[in-house]
Amino acid sequence: MEIESILKVTNLSVVLDNQSIIENLSFEVKRGDALTILGPNGAGKSVLLRTLLGLIPHGGEIEWAKAIKIGYVPQRLPFIKDIPLSIKDFFNLKGAPEKEIEAILNSVGFTEDFSRKKIGDLSSGQFQRVLIAWGLVGNPQVLLFDEPMTGVDISAEETIYNLLAKLKEEMDLTILLVTHDLSVVYKFSTNVICLNRQPICYGPPQEVLTPESLQKLYGGGIRYYQHKH
Amino acid sequence: MDTQFLLSLVVGISVGGVAGFLGSLMLGRRMALVAGPLGHLTLPGIALAVMYGFDVSLGAFPFVILGIVLIWLFEMRTKLPMEALTAIVFASGVAIAFLLLPIKQAEAALVGDITKVSFAEAAVSVILILLLFSVVKKIYSKIVLINISEELAKSEKIGIRKYNLIYLGSIAIIVALGVKMVGGLLTAALVAIPASSARNLSRNLAQYAFGAMIIGIISSSMGILLYKITGFPAGPLIILANASIFLISLIFKR
Repeated sequence: MEIESILKVTNLSVVLDNQSIIENLSFEVKRGDALTILGPNGAGKSVLLRTLLGLIPHGGEIEWAKAIKIGYVPQRLPFIKDIPLSIKDFFNLKGAPEKEIEAILNSVGFTEDFSRKKIGDLSSGQFQRVLIAWGLVGNPQVLLFDEPMTGVDISAEETIYNLLAKLKEEMDLTILLVTHDLSVVYKFSTNVICLNRQPICYGPPQEVLTPESLQKLYGGGIRYYQHKH
Repeated sequence: MDTQFLLSLVVGISVGGVAGFLGSLMLGRRMALVAGPLGHLTLPGIALAVMYGFDVSLGAFPFVILGIVLIWLFEMRTKLPMEALTAIVFASGVAIAFLLLPIKQAEAALVGDITKVSFAEAAVSVILILLLFSVVKKIYSKIVLINISEELAKSEKIGIRKYNLIYLGSIAIIVALGVKMVGGLLTAALVAIPASSARNLSRNLAQYAFGAMIIGIISSSMGILLYKITGFPAGPLIILANASIFLISLIFKR
């Protein structure tokens, strides 16, 4: 039996302020896939996620499977510390019922009374996990995760990807993940899109991440190594 | 206790409380100072009201609405920060005001006067305030999410333009009511200070929002009581009471 298609993107292009951000991108995501979007800063990775969410006008076609529920984890929320907000408050903004909040917080590794903690008091790793939990409210089938470039230290980042892998398994999630970290791509994804405004490669990482494609993606000077796991 | 004093107190408490409540949203978007220029823009309207002898809030209101509509249009058409837009719109307002305002009658316009508020005026103010409170309470969590991230709000299918318009309309009403109480120059303080104090003291959203409201109520009552005792104008006293609470909140900052 063929695996159900969750998302089909055909000839996607995005122009912002008369500048072409994404050109001619096509790909497909099947149920249970983990697709990483890899590329240097300013390559259009975050724009791609936001376009898929319908937040940005675009050319080409984006077809989501019918009645699909999408959770979104943004890269960062710089203004969230401007007002006193407990974790519970943050979840209430999404209208999440009390029980669900507790269950989701548990699943990302927090204990019972954690929800009373103030967002401003969290470490960056804890905050990242709260954001993931927030994205999981309402039991989405797909999670769009925009990796933070700064603010999460290596050890926390390590656990974030372990956590995502665990959640993917437990909740039968399909994940689209923006990253600039090669090791994450190898460990985590079934498919990778290399994006630098134009699509540079697309396919299983072991097959398409060649020294040539990486050279093309990042320009000269990248140190190439393949992880063996 | 005389009726006039009671009326002032009722208006003061209701306007001060809801100004604090709404201010807690404005602080979140770094918009608290928008109320300042908005207050300034009301000065031509207040000038007209003083010259022709009608209600100050009534004179102020069309001017605030004009300002709000301009901000809203500008924000949609340009991507300039809200503060820059308000500066452009409202500096012009103040300039016009100083051409119109009869200097001798300026005090009521500049620092407000609710000590002569009539029963009808008080009734209208309180009804408006109650309506405003229910509207702000309804949009509160949506605006908080928009303040945190418009993108996140959009991904939750929140109609940002609609909520922004309601939000700005609420600001317009509170400013129009606020100028009667503390004048065109001090309105910003009525929304900004209670929220700032509450932020220092609270650990969650409910404490913050309702804390700002309670602080608004307490400082308005204190200001009006102090007016009764000292005879100084109530508007500045309300603001000073607010500022004192803010200073105290710094000591207990959490």
